[in-house]
Amino acid sequence: MTISVGILDYGMGNLKSVANAIKYVGGSPHIVSDPSHLCQYDKIIVPGVGAHPQAIRNLRVSNSDTYLKEAYLHGIPILGICLGMQLFCLSSEEGGFHEGLGWINARVVPFPSSSGLKVPHIGWDNVIIDFHHPLVQGIRNNTDFYFVHSFYVDCFNQENVLLSAEYGVTYCAMFVHDNIAGVQFHPEKSQESGLLLLENFLKWQPC
Amino acid sequence: MATMLKKRLIAVLILANNYVVQSIKFKHTNVIHYDPVHAIDCFNKWAVDEIIILNVSRTQDTRESFLNTVSRISQQCFVPLSVGGWVTDIDYAQALLKNGADKIVVNTIIHSQPSLVIRLSEKFGKQCIVASIDVKKNESGLKEVIVDRGRHSTGADVVSWAQRAETLGVGEILLNSVDHDGARKGYDLETLDKVCCTVSLPVIAFGGVFTWEHLAEGLVTGADAVAAANIFHYTEFSTKRAKKFLFDANFPVRGGF
Repeated sequence: MTISVGILDYGMGNLKSVANAIKYVGGSPHIVSDPSHLCQYDKIIVPGVGAHPQAIRNLRVSNSDTYLKEAYLHGIPILGICLGMQLFCLSSEEGGFHEGLGWINARVVPFPSSSGLKVPHIGWDNVIIDFHHPLVQGIRNNTDFYFVHSFYVDCFNQENVLLSAEYGVTYCAMFVHDNIAGVQFHPEKSQESGLLLLENFLKWQPC
Repeated sequence: MATMLKKRLIAVLILANNYVVQSIKFKHTNVIHYDPVHAIDCFNKWAVDEIIILNVSRTQDTRESFLNTVSRISQQCFVPLSVGGWVTDIDYAQALLKNGADKIVVNTIIHSQPSLVIRLSEKFGKQCIVASIDVKKNESGLKEVIVDRGRHSTGADVVSWAQRAETLGVGEILLNSVDHDGARKGYDLETLDKVCCTVSLPVIAFGGVFTWEHLAEGLVTGADAVAAANIFHYTEFSTKRAKKFLFDANFPVRGGF
């Protein structure tokens, strides 16, 4: 049976690329503008391009935060991509201090200016696999994914860090906790490796 | 092993009236593909890191059909997709993004509507805006920035133009040269060097690639990404071969070739 994937539309762009990629790996993507329908999908993706303050405001105004929480408690696997991942954290320092959804014990902070590296961090960069997990099945250590971000996720619980990356600092490129996962890079723009990760997400059955 | 940002290899599709065309000094005669989606199919399999599609049609009545082409291409494109040509208002930029583009390429509006560049950057983020800068030698042998598909000289030098683009909030620079376009002698390395030394933005070198060594020259000069158009259409497995060449020459590039 085809896996249905609800892609949350909360006004923060980039939905079509994610839908195209899900379709390509055999899922059935649905752009979801009414968050009260979220629980009817097998999987949920929270994409996101833009700034954290606006994103969290949009989530709250549309009540998406409530429905996402409900889906989370129902055990529906949820994948956050880029900004979507950052929203699951306790807080973000983008544009001042903002509270996030608080599902992952992590904070979102800017890259240190002392490193002298160009920000945003844009381009293909390799990741280190921290432990075996069905979501990274078939993906080799040091595989390159496509990143675009100025802020990064700093996990307080190292056991949540599934993939790490380095850009001036070592940071979390992918976390997993219960039925929640988040990726800082864009799997929908990371060619075969990204498509494989999305395929793994379609198959993922968290216990 | 430490992680490292890779140097990118970018394929550019030059579209005139929605056909993929060969470009020589900004003149377009040969049609390479009547359906641009065919070209994308190849690039997807050939380890290319990014795709740029430019609508170089002489008139802006091609905007709608180009939008449709972007939509069709994006369904097959799983690498970042930058698109440009006739971006003269926010709504059109938004429509391009909605149809699957990841970045918007701007050129002429840096000259004619600089405030629009600022607004685009504020609305979509600087990572979403690429400044395309075209350089051409004038009668007195001086290089100047030229806009409107190579038709309008600005008299500006490339260094001040690149600084201006950075100030307006673009996130990347795509540097091309009318004289090098299709001339098969490699990038305009002198101009590339100047721009790389001036801005703190990633710079994409474009225009003139005929051998894989030309790509290496661009990277050595300081480019963060190297782009080409014509050559990738005429060589089988072209982007794979180019990648392999750069990898063997010890440039940090993404694998999969």
